[in-house]
Amino acid sequence: MAIFNYLKNLTLLELLKGLNLTAQHLFKPKITVQYPEEKTPLSARFRGHHALRRYPNGEERCIACKLCEAVCPALAITIEAEPREDGSRRTIRYDIDMYKCIFCGFCEEACPVDAIVETRKFEYHGEKRNDLIMTKEKLLSIGDELEIQIEADRTKESVYR
Amino acid sequence: MLISIASVSLALLLIVVALGITAFYMIEQIPVFIITVLILLLMVAYLTYAERKIIGYIQIRIGPNRVGPRGWLQPIADAVKLAFKEIILPNTSNRFLFVFAPILAMAPALAVWAVVPFAKGWVFSDINAGLLYILAMTSIGVYGVIIAGWASNSKYAFLGALRSAAQIVAYEIAMGFALVGVLMAAGSLNLSAIVEAQAGSYGLLNWYWIPLLPLFVIYFIAGVAETNRAPFDVAEGESEIVAGFHVEYSGMLFAVFFLAEYLNMILIAALTAVMFMGGWLSPFAGTPFDAFFVWVPGVVWFFLKVAVFLFFFLWFRATFPRYRYDQIMRLGWKVFIPITIAWLLVIGVFILLDLPPWFAEKGV
Repeated sequence: MAIFNYLKNLTLLELLKGLNLTAQHLFKPKITVQYPEEKTPLSARFRGHHALRRYPNGEERCIACKLCEAVCPALAITIEAEPREDGSRRTIRYDIDMYKCIFCGFCEEACPVDAIVETRKFEYHGEKRNDLIMTKEKLLSIGDELEIQIEADRTKESVYR
Repeated sequence: MLISIASVSLALLLIVVALGITAFYMIEQIPVFIITVLILLLMVAYLTYAERKIIGYIQIRIGPNRVGPRGWLQPIADAVKLAFKEIILPNTSNRFLFVFAPILAMAPALAVWAVVPFAKGWVFSDINAGLLYILAMTSIGVYGVIIAGWASNSKYAFLGALRSAAQIVAYEIAMGFALVGVLMAAGSLNLSAIVEAQAGSYGLLNWYWIPLLPLFVIYFIAGVAETNRAPFDVAEGESEIVAGFHVEYSGMLFAVFFLAEYLNMILIAALTAVMFMGGWLSPFAGTPFDAFFVWVPGVVWFFLKVAVFLFFFLWFRATFPRYRYDQIMRLGWKVFIPITIAWLLVIGVFILLDLPPWFAEKGV
């Protein structure tokens, strides 16, 4: 009935309902995360900064198969390979352009020896131009630094792979 | 550049002359003026803080909390930032009007406070045509918006100015009729007299919000529309026309518009408190509870009421989405104006009946 609708609108009933709802939210516990002091939990599958891993005996894992370079959709990985003195196949150049990388995780999935991995590290920055083009040395040192966490995450997720 | 310097200095000159004339006539009131203006500006600063905090809380966030303890210094930081920003004068703008518009928005917003009674006798100029003066002054404020939109020579600014002009015309009438209701009830245009007329032995039940309830609601909603606040902020409408009339403004000129908007908010809250909520009167006056509250000065009650209405402004903004433009026009012309006119007749009947307690001894 039009006339009842009109009277109902005059009482501002629906507007008051809305105000009631927002007033309730005013007293709800707040969900803000105070970032530098508080952090949200990260998944073991988190795809952050890359790292190159080593075997426990210190030998680098990467065998320069270039699968990651081939699968990379952003063309962020550049690899050059040569036989080492002992005859094993190794990279002499392994660059990841972090400006191009889209953190899809395909490189990690393609790798047959679990050498290139994405870690939980996401708070990083560059201070000069080209600071974020990662070389083999930088990636290996990040791998050394985070190896315990990387190993724990891979072990946990190995059930599902 | 030369033109802009000339226009700024001309505007400053006007202000200095106006201040000089004022100073000549009311030399002993100058410190009070300055203190009042400073208090008002401080209120504006902390109103922006309250706005961000309250809207944050309603959105289950905690709002600004980094500058100073609990973010208390945030408005100071904002003011400093705005003061040091460059004022950009667009090439194709009319530079004099571009600089003049924010002043024209700000000046009436401050001038209206001359007739607002903060407490018994605490009013700068106790003029009998106070209500008319308020209507006139708040209408002048619109020129600031319209001139800003025109002088910017920008499509968005111009659209914002047009929208604001049409909106203010529509809501000014409803607002005016709501004030006519107050005038009929109180029998005076003097704001102090309006407050005195609401005194009685029933405390807050004596105030005009009960007999004038529709006018009270309409006045406040029209006030929200007059100040271009959400949900009537189509003149700014950042999702439709960027920032409306102040797209081209930056730095201090923008800050002055901002100040004017918030001053107007405080003003509407104050006027609603004065005309419908008994101004400085205690809500317990005349009741048995009065004894517990006699020590509270009137100005405290006044600012408490203002704070409540300001909270409503923020609450509305956090709750309602923006009205569509034609809906605003429909609400203003086809709902508010008929209701206010109809209620004037009802008030007339009340007065003829000497309806106690509000109209008891004020028969025709």
